[in-house]
Amino acid sequence: MQMTPEFFILAIVTIVGISTPILLAALGELVVEKAGVLNLGVEGMMLVGAIAGFATTVFTGNPWVGVLAAAAAGATSSLIFGFLTLSLNSNQVATGLALTIFGTGVSSLIGTAFVGRIVPQFGSIFPPELARDPILKVLFGYSPIVYFSIIMVVLVWWFLTSTRAGLILRAVGENDLSAHSIGYSVIGVRYLAVAFGGAMAGIGGAYFSLVITPMWAERMTAGRGWIALALVVFASWRAPRLLVGAYFFGVLVYLELFAKASGLSILPSQFWAAMPYLMTVVVLTLISMRDRIGLNAPACLGKPFLPAT
Amino acid sequence: MQTSPVPRLELTGITKRFPGVLANDNVGFAVKPGEIHALLGENGAGKSTLVKMIYGIMQPDAGQIRWNGQAITVSNPKAARKLGIGMVFQHFSLFDAMTVLENIALGLDTRVPQRELEAKIRAVMQQYGLLLDPHRTVSTLSVGERQRIEIVRALLLDPELLIMDEPTSVLTPQEVEQLFVVLRKLASEGCSILYISHKLHEIKALCDTATILRGGKLVDTCDPKVETSRSMAEKMIGAGLKEIRKPAGRSFGQERLIVNRLNLPGVGPFGITLSDITFTARAGEIFGIAGVAGNGQNALLLALSGEAPSEDADAISVDGARVGRLTAKQRRMKGMASVPEERNGHAAVPDFSLSDNTILTARDRLGMVQGGLINSGAARTYAGEVITSFAVKAQGPGSLAGSLSGGNLQKYIMGREIMQKPGVLVVSQPTWGVDAGAAAAIHQALVDLAGQGSAIVVISQDLDELLSLCDTLAVINGGRLSKPMQVAGADIHEIGLLMGGIHGDHAAPEPAHAH
Repeated sequence: MQMTPEFFILAIVTIVGISTPILLAALGELVVEKAGVLNLGVEGMMLVGAIAGFATTVFTGNPWVGVLAAAAAGATSSLIFGFLTLSLNSNQVATGLALTIFGTGVSSLIGTAFVGRIVPQFGSIFPPELARDPILKVLFGYSPIVYFSIIMVVLVWWFLTSTRAGLILRAVGENDLSAHSIGYSVIGVRYLAVAFGGAMAGIGGAYFSLVITPMWAERMTAGRGWIALALVVFASWRAPRLLVGAYFFGVLVYLELFAKASGLSILPSQFWAAMPYLMTVVVLTLISMRDRIGLNAPACLGKPFLPAT
Repeated sequence: MQTSPVPRLELTGITKRFPGVLANDNVGFAVKPGEIHALLGENGAGKSTLVKMIYGIMQPDAGQIRWNGQAITVSNPKAARKLGIGMVFQHFSLFDAMTVLENIALGLDTRVPQRELEAKIRAVMQQYGLLLDPHRTVSTLSVGERQRIEIVRALLLDPELLIMDEPTSVLTPQEVEQLFVVLRKLASEGCSILYISHKLHEIKALCDTATILRGGKLVDTCDPKVETSRSMAEKMIGAGLKEIRKPAGRSFGQERLIVNRLNLPGVGPFGITLSDITFTARAGEIFGIAGVAGNGQNALLLALSGEAPSEDADAISVDGARVGRLTAKQRRMKGMASVPEERNGHAAVPDFSLSDNTILTARDRLGMVQGGLINSGAARTYAGEVITSFAVKAQGPGSLAGSLSGGNLQKYIMGREIMQKPGVLVVSQPTWGVDAGAAAAIHQALVDLAGQGSAIVVISQDLDELLSLCDTLAVINGGRLSKPMQVAGADIHEIGLLMGGIHGDHAAPEPAHAH
């Protein structure tokens, strides 16, 4: 295999494609966790989004409608989680895990009717000469969702650091009782955050079924929802670092594909397949050893909101 | 005589019922414009419930609130602020990881551009001498500085009534003085202040009128400048005050607890590092450790109890035994007992019965476990003895710890340790959130234990408690302990400076002499 510019451009395009769904789901989860809620159901919400987006695109023939349906389905499934944890104060960890199992099951059940169907692809938002150019496609050759994900990084970062609504959201995650005593609706803010997280995970899931492989396969998100969760901690709850982290994990996944396809790797491809997950464990361990991480972690993360009467 | 103007705030017949408790029973009083009005009462007298209704956090079941003559309902805190009612909570509603500016912005109901807000904040700070850097992160501020944020936040709304809930409970004497200057200035400008406290000398010094509550009922509205502290205290408690009986002319025996250059690194991002803590407590001595909250008291309690053992075996000795590296259990076997600040979940398991809670600390010294089996009879008997001796209001040894009121549980926990006759007893905040009757009983039990030759260390944020209870006193600040001083003849001003972190000549602790 030759190390031509085309080779690198192809690699970059592949890596960006791999990273985008992780980035989308992680951005959603970042906002959820900043509001003090730990939703471990990202994987399940992604699968719900994947099948909802796929099924809707099959019926309407329009992938844009599919993406909207994926966002709505992801948000709806997250609101089940929201109702249980926020209104009924159930344990967030257990409920999140249940949501993943639920999402996996529901998506498989609905998905059986769609096995073997194919959906129309997104058109390019740029002129085809740019999108197909072997060099320029590094800038213009992506699915619209990729550009959306990058815009969302900027928007989420701006929202959290520069807007009053973002300040209130962080306040709710930092000290729910204080926010309540000042007069903010802790539960209301958290519901909105959870729904946003669900919508973003849903779009991330739709990216699998509409862009990566435009057909349905069970459990097609392949554990990327878990990587998204780890990524939020890795990025220490900062959106720009999330972008770097997501692309770093994209590189690791790409190395696996490359090792498989080229046969050039000394190590077996299974090793590369395990790398993102191993790296997740290593990164989480390293980060938890550093005290400073605690400074940016939302202080109320995962704790139920129980105001004194 | 002036005709009295329309009261700023007038309450009539306010009643609030919680399941099983009548928190406020037909309470009524009035606050005039520009008046500093004290609301005085014990823990659980219903002061907090009452102000929560004024501030709109709760709604009264019956009664009327009039604001400048108009009958109103305050449906939520936002409505209260709109009327011109500001409140500074006892437990601050602050966000540690955010800046002063962000915290103040969160407390405002309208959106103010950051630059404009900063200018307004600086103006208010200037006017009242509340100095703070708006860009500091709250976690780096002292408790007094944090309170200033709350006050600035309330003042930005130009309140006509400012409610202060136990504002001085965590301040140094100097910070209290500064606060009073601010409050007097505010009152002179026509702002009414509702000042909640149980510290009588403060109320005498500051307030124009005092309303006294007991058990949810209004006892009296009086002029604190005419009343004596004692007469107000008796109205507040409803009975004669008991004073601590300290045997006169006590002498101290041998050194039972020696702490020599104890160091402990802080835990977590905001943890306090203990450095070179050095002191000794002799048989019969009550050694007090004063300080503003968050200066290493928790770490010190953990280090002394054995929950956070030291690297250095010589750092702590009990009756000549080097216990620095021993665990809490091993230290108990050497005769050292401890009572942490947090009753539920640290000193006792709320969902365990009192007798099971007894086993947790008394099993080894009193032989409640033999061959791995619990001798529940012995535990029940001992729990019963504690309940009787310390007049704990509980159904019996089988009551759940969590079902007891704070004061009763604290009496039980203190009794559990004291009746084991420890050679050294370390207690943190022994009367925190405890009513005066229980507090007096606990203080007397500590004095009696010291009289039997035990050495006692009391860590407390309540300086009045330490001054009345202790023989010797040291101040902890930023994880360092000042040089011990005799309580008799101690200079309050100097203690205050030490609490505020101004060490002067007392900064360097000297190592204890080798024995």
